[in-house]
Amino acid sequence: MKEFTYTVTDPVGMHARPAGQLAKEAAKYQSIVTVVKGEKKADTRRLMALMGLGIKQGDAITVRVEGADEDTAAAAVRQYLTENHF
Amino acid sequence: MIALQGTGVSAGVASGPIRFYKRNKAEVQRRTVADPGAERARYEAATQTAIAQLGELAEKARREAGDDSAILFETHQLMLEDLDYVAAITELIENEHVNADYAVHETGRQFAGMFSAMEDEYMRARSADVLDISTRLERILRGEQTEQSADSEPALIAADDLSPSETVQMDKSKLLGFVLSAGHRNAHTVILARTLGIPAIIQLGAELKPEYDGRPAILDGQTGQLVVDPDDATRAYLLEKQSREREARRRLEELKGQPDVTLDGKQVRLYANISSPAILDAVLANDARGIGLFRSEFLYLESADYPTEDEQLAAYKAVLQRMGTRQVVIRTLDIGADKKVPYFDLPPEENPALGMRAIRICLSKPEIFRTQLRALYRASAFGNLAIMFPMIASVWEIQEIKRICAAVRAELDREKIPCAEHVPLGIMIETPASVIMSDKLAPEVDFFSIGTNDLTQYTLAVDRQGGTGLERFCDTHHPAVLRMIQRTVESAHAAGIWAGICGELASDAALTPLFLAMGVDELSVSARAVLPVRSIIRSTNAAQNREKLLAVLQ
Repeated sequence: MKEFTYTVTDPVGMHARPAGQLAKEAAKYQSIVTVVKGEKKADTRRLMALMGLGIKQGDAITVRVEGADEDTAAAAVRQYLTENHF
Repeated sequence: MIALQGTGVSAGVASGPIRFYKRNKAEVQRRTVADPGAERARYEAATQTAIAQLGELAEKARREAGDDSAILFETHQLMLEDLDYVAAITELIENEHVNADYAVHETGRQFAGMFSAMEDEYMRARSADVLDISTRLERILRGEQTEQSADSEPALIAADDLSPSETVQMDKSKLLGFVLSAGHRNAHTVILARTLGIPAIIQLGAELKPEYDGRPAILDGQTGQLVVDPDDATRAYLLEKQSREREARRRLEELKGQPDVTLDGKQVRLYANISSPAILDAVLANDARGIGLFRSEFLYLESADYPTEDEQLAAYKAVLQRMGTRQVVIRTLDIGADKKVPYFDLPPEENPALGMRAIRICLSKPEIFRTQLRALYRASAFGNLAIMFPMIASVWEIQEIKRICAAVRAELDREKIPCAEHVPLGIMIETPASVIMSDKLAPEVDFFSIGTNDLTQYTLAVDRQGGTGLERFCDTHHPAVLRMIQRTVESAHAAGIWAGICGELASDAALTPLFLAMGVDELSVSARAVLPVRSIIRSTNAAQNREKLLAVLQ
């Protein structure tokens, strides 16, 4: 399993659009990508639960990637988040 | 004549008959099904149909309103396949043997409820998204038409509220404007209306009565007023306003693509100011030829901790790439004790405007400065970057900055990280000292950018945010400030560098001819001001008015 933390910089946080795009990005890989905020977590196939985490600007989230292609997937997801200044 | 007051959310005047949007409000009925397996298959097929429909809507939205609107529908497609949503519906069908549309309706309600209960206002508005996709599925399962019956007359569409998919589906040539009894400012429908230039008013409340259907009306999206059965005087007034607005828009549209050149052939760099990458769309839409001030503070403000080099690089790179060959001037962090950045640990000051701020912080905490410079130099490989330093007062400050920049470049070189060959370095001229020393500062840098807001404050010794009573003492057109600008431009040109203005005065149309007469090379304005300033540049003869205008400064 690969894991990394990320601090959210997007002023609007994890709203429908970035959640959807993150889900789309994660769907390219076999691995399951889970976003953890505090006590709660949601994997990217559960878009509504992901939005339901209420992730806001300034939140530190942990991203867990588990699967056959976890190395590539983790790097890609991390890059996706940074490049889109999420 | 009846006048109703709501909230104007999309400017423009529109005139036509009111037409209430007809929705098929079929009641959902719970039934027991004999074959849950077949019912589940029906639900799955309906999901695929809905996904296809949304794909078409996304395409339509992309053509009419751009990427952002299209992405909303793509997100709806993903929501339909959300594992929890699908599992909840499927369980209802299989465990309780209910009809698919009832299962969808109940699940939609539940999820919408979850969103409505959230603290965040934006998240609460998402409950509308869940209801939208659920309604779509229900209609498909019940075999209902989703389209409104074809009505040949263009009209002002009235409703309690409209979902984004309803808005996008409408034939735009028949849609003169929207009037809604409810609605939120940030709703996608409103954003779509603005993008499409369709006048709209929301929150008219119960005053928007169904009996107005078919009656002639005029809406003013700027004032938020809807007038039903307007009398002749009102009609004439509003239609005249509409005509003036259209004319102004047309004239401005014609200016797009036109060079920023005065009547006597002087070329001016007409750029825009941005405080974050989000404004870039407006900047590009208004045809600015570059960015004269990219305030980098957004990366630091209201953040929990210092932005990392990678986070900064991503933001700078994104802007540089979108601007292509157009120059982007990024200003290094301009923060003081008066701004909300707790992690900087800045001790409270009596006079933050005169204290540890901007470049002083950078030169006192070189690690922060180095991180920002590393990110900037790395980003330089992706576009046309220039870097600018705020609050400069002395030559030694520039010399130290240049030493640090050279060290950063050498470091990146050793790490084999590519940077642009030449990154122009400039300074903000906003302290009186920098103006008086401008002849000594100019040979040290590649350009000057005059920050008129702070320059005015420091020169007139008046607080920008000053209280009542100070207005008389704070003349933004004060000759002292104008003379300082002129002196700065002279020093710049004597050293062979360009001088621009990025403060509020750059957008001040009354001063543009004077600045052009002074020989100002660059004006960096708000996105909205780009085309109006271009209009003035193109109709000014800088040389001809020079003596008359400069006499003002004597």
